[in-house]
Amino acid sequence: MWRRKPNSSQLAIVNRNGEANSRPMTKRRLDFGERWSYAPALEANSYIKLRNRYQLFINGRFVSPKSGQYFDSINPATEEKLAEIGSANKEDVDLAVKAARRSYKNVWSKMPGRERGKYLFRIARLIQEKARELAVLETMDGGKTIKESRDIDLPLVAAHFFYYAGWADKLAYAFPGRKARPLGVAGQIIPWNFPLLMAAWKLAPALACGNTCVLKPAETTSITALHLAEIFQEAGLPDGVINILTGPGETGSALVNHPDIDKIAFTGSTEVGKRIASVTVGTKKKLTLELGGKAANIIFEDAPIDQAVEGIIAGIYFNQGHVCCAGSRLFVQESVFPNVIRKLRDRISTLRVGDPLDKNTDIGAINSRAQLDKICELVDSGLKQGAQLVQSRARLPAKGYWYPPSFFTGVTASHRIAQEEIFGPVLSVMTFRTPEEAIARANNTPYGLSAGVWTDKGSKIFKIVNQLRAGVVWANTYNKFDPASPFGGYKESGFGREGGRHGLLPYLTLS
Amino acid sequence: MMAEERAAAFTRRSIKTSAKLEGLKLVVSMMDLTTLEGSDTPGKIAFLCRKAIQPLDPRYQVPSCAAVCVYPNLVRIAKKFLEHSDVKVASVATAFPAGLVPTKSKLREVRDAVRDGADEIDMVINRARFLGGEYERVFDEIAATREACGVAHLKVILETGELQTYDNVRLASEIAMRAGADFIKTSTGKISPAATMPVTLVMLEAIRDYFYETGIRIGMKPAGGIRTAKEALAYLVMVKETLGDDWLTSALFRFGASTLLNDVLMQLVKVADGNYQCADYFSLP
Repeated sequence: MWRRKPNSSQLAIVNRNGEANSRPMTKRRLDFGERWSYAPALEANSYIKLRNRYQLFINGRFVSPKSGQYFDSINPATEEKLAEIGSANKEDVDLAVKAARRSYKNVWSKMPGRERGKYLFRIARLIQEKARELAVLETMDGGKTIKESRDIDLPLVAAHFFYYAGWADKLAYAFPGRKARPLGVAGQIIPWNFPLLMAAWKLAPALACGNTCVLKPAETTSITALHLAEIFQEAGLPDGVINILTGPGETGSALVNHPDIDKIAFTGSTEVGKRIASVTVGTKKKLTLELGGKAANIIFEDAPIDQAVEGIIAGIYFNQGHVCCAGSRLFVQESVFPNVIRKLRDRISTLRVGDPLDKNTDIGAINSRAQLDKICELVDSGLKQGAQLVQSRARLPAKGYWYPPSFFTGVTASHRIAQEEIFGPVLSVMTFRTPEEAIARANNTPYGLSAGVWTDKGSKIFKIVNQLRAGVVWANTYNKFDPASPFGGYKESGFGREGGRHGLLPYLTLS
Repeated sequence: MMAEERAAAFTRRSIKTSAKLEGLKLVVSMMDLTTLEGSDTPGKIAFLCRKAIQPLDPRYQVPSCAAVCVYPNLVRIAKKFLEHSDVKVASVATAFPAGLVPTKSKLREVRDAVRDGADEIDMVINRARFLGGEYERVFDEIAATREACGVAHLKVILETGELQTYDNVRLASEIAMRAGADFIKTSTGKISPAATMPVTLVMLEAIRDYFYETGIRIGMKPAGGIRTAKEALAYLVMVKETLGDDWLTSALFRFGASTLLNDVLMQLVKVADGNYQCADYFSLP
């Protein structure tokens, strides 16, 4: 390339008014301190009308739970009670399933696809209209940053309804030569990491295909689903097409075990997924599962390192790491390991942890006390097993549930933190030497939801991705979602696909 | 691809109240107030220099601009107007903006500008040679210019609008830094696109790697195309979150601009007084 002049770097040191430039620093650390600190920039939430009590949404109406019992919904950033949520029991489940069955038989399955599509389009537009309000609610209820709920969650929620609205009248052409029919009543159980988005992933394709639904949101994030129910009312969706039952795990269990359900769709932990699979086996219920993950994010030495570091950040710290497809196992080729680690260390110190309603916050609150305990327990096990923890020194608020962005080096495949899903902002960094080793290590997990590959060499991308046992593989990017793109897992990350044309299949029978 | 996303993320930072006021003052203090027209006369330079020394009524406590940037013929004039101030005189040189004359003439131009009183020299790299793959000759010319500058600061303009790819920008940045640049600068302002956030980010990342490697802090100057206070604050955010607090100084970061100044002042008055004033209240440079 070009030669280095012996005196050129010395010339660069000569700098008359730049004091900082006058000597080469021995300590080459960047200083991400308090000079020009950003003033608080809080998203307004005074106009948000939270109800004291949220009831169940059955047959188009909000009704009290039969048990008369309610549980508290907590804002994880303040530990303050937001509202009381109705707790649905077996009786409520039965009412909801009956309502869904009635509307399936009498209304929804008979309605032409074009008409069903109109409702979905209307819902999508109403979501867009109320996007800011819903984003603020999502942030208050779940602890995720307003930046993400505003710029990622809500736009994707609307996009999913728009996308599947378009399929509603085209099902006859979706699978050429085959006739598509709806299944009936779908029981859908969703997690707390993307409450509205997961509701959209479940409801939109089910409705487009002509099914009716009983949706069970996660216990810690019920509120936005019930605001979504108000949108269904406003859109004039026929009664009973969507029913929403809040409650603890037992509510979900009652739904799964109800005899008149045709289809169960579950997103959540592998542990619960396995239980659902064992009770639905031998029944008429069709099942799709989208479960945990421990994704490999592989950085080759010929990757654009600065971009790859951004991909690592997007992979593991997005949504506090509460992402089933998070790139939680980082594999770095040994030759670039020190460089990647130095950059990663500097980069995490720029992440702003704190009030999720502040528009400049990058890392919000951990969703619940239980989840925080789980993260702490796994981090402890990493330390006990000899891995080295690197943690941002971000100041954490006194109240609420918080965990600073962290990563472990010195991790091997035998560490628990390399095997178990942490579901928090904690990354396990490992090294490899050759592409073959990278593939072997990446596939060395019971999970198989997602993976990432970073290299500037196109041929390498194609060679690697075809050998990775993962449902979604991102190349030179990470955590990108689009309603047109199918999403789902291999192995213990589940089966069935959501999104795209593939996302119609779990809600249809083809003949 | 990720560079563009990352750059866009900086624009979504919300800079309010005290942070906005402080940021806007910082922007003014980092500004190279620039006029590079064929029609520049001593009269025009007088306007520019006076504005650079005192951009706004003293009660707003706005700092002076960092420098004025002019053609070599006007260095002596600018120097005279700025005699008793801290504002530096920067001169474009090396056959700005195309740079397609023999190196010998370029070096003479640089020496003359420094002799006339230029504190800083903004040179252009030879893009023709760079795109032709003659990296050594690009390097040699920068190193020779560095020597010709003597004690004057050297800013090296890559003209990223002509280099086009991020890989080129990155490579040209490295060549310039190794050859002795004090600053690397995006553009002449004569080619569109001029400075963009992703290109500036790639250059900041190159500066970061050079710092990691050598411990030497190189300055950055995006120039051309930054016209609003909001954009300027986004650049500041980018610098702060890429290179850290050490770079938040005119010694290591500059804006090459002219119309930007009055928009910044207008926003500054708005934050200080609570209401906007019309453009007529802000003197033209």
